Amino acid sequence: MDDDRALSRARQADSLIIVDQLTKKFNAVTAVNGISFEVHEGELFGFLGPNGAGKTTTINMLTGLARPDSGAIRIAGMECTRNPKAAQHLLGVIPDESNLYPELSGFDNLCFCASLYGMQKKERRMRAGELLKDFGLEEAAHRKFAAYSKGMKRKLTIAAGIIHSPRILFMDEPTTGIDVGSARHIRQLIAELHRAGTTIFLTTHYIEEAERLCERIAFIVRGRVVQVDTIANLLQPIQQREAMVVSVSNAESDLCSRLAAEFPHLEFQAVSLEHIRVESSEAIHIAPLLRFIENQGAEVTEARRTRLSLEEVFVGVTGIELDAMKKEKEKSGGGS
Amino acid sequence: MKRWIAFWNIMLKDMRAYYLKPPNISWGLMFPVAWTGMFFIKSGRGMDSILILLPGVIAISVLFGTTSMLAVTVTFEKKNRSFERLLLAPIPLGLLMLAKTSGAILFGVANAFVPIVLALFLTDLSQIAWITVIPAIVLIAIVSTFLGLFIAVSVSEVFEAQTFSNFFRFPMIFLCGLFFPIESLPALLHPLSYLLPLTYGADILHGAVNGKSSMPLGLDFCVIAGFCVVLFAISLRNIHRKWIV
Repeated sequence: MDDDRALSRARQADSLIIVDQLTKKFNAVTAVNGISFEVHEGELFGFLGPNGAGKTTTINMLTGLARPDSGAIRIAGMECTRNPKAAQHLLGVIPDESNLYPELSGFDNLCFCASLYGMQKKERRMRAGELLKDFGLEEAAHRKFAAYSKGMKRKLTIAAGIIHSPRILFMDEPTTGIDVGSARHIRQLIAELHRAGTTIFLTTHYIEEAERLCERIAFIVRGRVVQVDTIANLLQPIQQREAMVVSVSNAESDLCSRLAAEFPHLEFQAVSLEHIRVESSEAIHIAPLLRFIENQGAEVTEARRTRLSLEEVFVGVTGIELDAMKKEKEKSGGGS
Repeated sequence: MKRWIAFWNIMLKDMRAYYLKPPNISWGLMFPVAWTGMFFIKSGRGMDSILILLPGVIAISVLFGTTSMLAVTVTFEKKNRSFERLLLAPIPLGLLMLAKTSGAILFGVANAFVPIVLALFLTDLSQIAWITVIPAIVLIAIVSTFLGLFIAVSVSEVFEAQTFSNFFRFPMIFLCGLFFPIESLPALLHPLSYLLPLTYGADILHGAVNGKSSMPLGLDFCVIAGFCVVLFAISLRNIHRKWIV
């Protein structure tokens, strides 16, 4: 117990960002409602929630683009609630949309962003060259930003956010709306930045992305943080459970309820007309299950075990259905 | 030092990206030439009218050059969110906006010299009090730029910036004593004339070019400087209130 307390104190001393009871309202809408959390030095912290949950508003308040109505923000020990400029030299921000200057080339955009942080000409030219090389944009260095593809724009926006080697990096939906290859490259870059010691605050609505990259995660829903914990702790309750998806054809609409009656120790969910999800805290024996389905006149086309992931934890904690999240992904253009 | 690196580069970026583009250079040249030609022909008094028209043409060149560009560039950057990059930079908002407006001020000053250079070829400018004209041009450029900033912060669309600019600019041509003395306007409009900053700038120029100012030059300088401070302060307050929500 004493060890736990000591560890907690040590972690608090180690906190680079401390957010306490932060609230932001836009007229009658409460976008962020009394949220509190801490981000530790060198940590990759995920801020996970559906569209409109308050992720971007939170980032805007932490970086000085929005004023909180109440609550407190401390970054690297500095009071930033009333004086957001205090810590801006430590921050790098990668917004959800590429917002560089369309009329400038990639190289000039990076040099300009570096100059905003007071970097000398020689230093910023060298750093811009390095980043363009690292991000595979060397050939497009002197092309206008307006002529870049969506994935290239995203990469250059990330490069602009880290040109001054910030201690804390805010990334708002970095892989939303870009192609699979670019999204993968960006995830590798995030992991490299983390390994290099940058504290990263990552917002995303891609659960797998958060699970793959982050050390700790906060779930935010309708402006409230509903849970904050390490990935290991979040996954712990579902680790003992088994799950599988059975694909069927010619099934009656009440097949799930008949299965539930026959196998009371298993949980069944009709994902669609052709897919049934089976979950249990006990071992799932496939053969009797398949025999019963076929005896009901349906044909089993596939049965595969699936790994229970953070998605299930998210659904359990927030009550938000996976379908709703998936629709959001499709709307925003995928990329994960 | 770091802040001044940012200041200098914001100004340079704006000059390169907006002000030194061929359409803007031609706008800076063609517009004053067109106004000079128009009033020159309208006056019908030949070369004698050049010195009488020059103060008005200088003032109008500065006014249109600065307000057109700044109102559009700031609104455009706000619209495409690149302005957020500047707000996230670790420099005070006041210094940031001074950097953002310095390019427009320089562009306005450069515009003022287009009619002056043209006049140099047509008439004798030796009696002009340059020691008064130069600071007057700089002050007119600053106040016009800050008027452009005030407009830019008040609107959200580029087309609104243009419309709102014209709402101020065109009445100023007639109300500020650029080409017609304020006394020749209906008495009802006189208070309105004295509420506009360009009135005082034009008065200084008339005094410095033709020796005919209607107010003491010291008062003109003080009032126009006061307008600069007030317009900049209101714009900063509006940015803080409307853009950092």
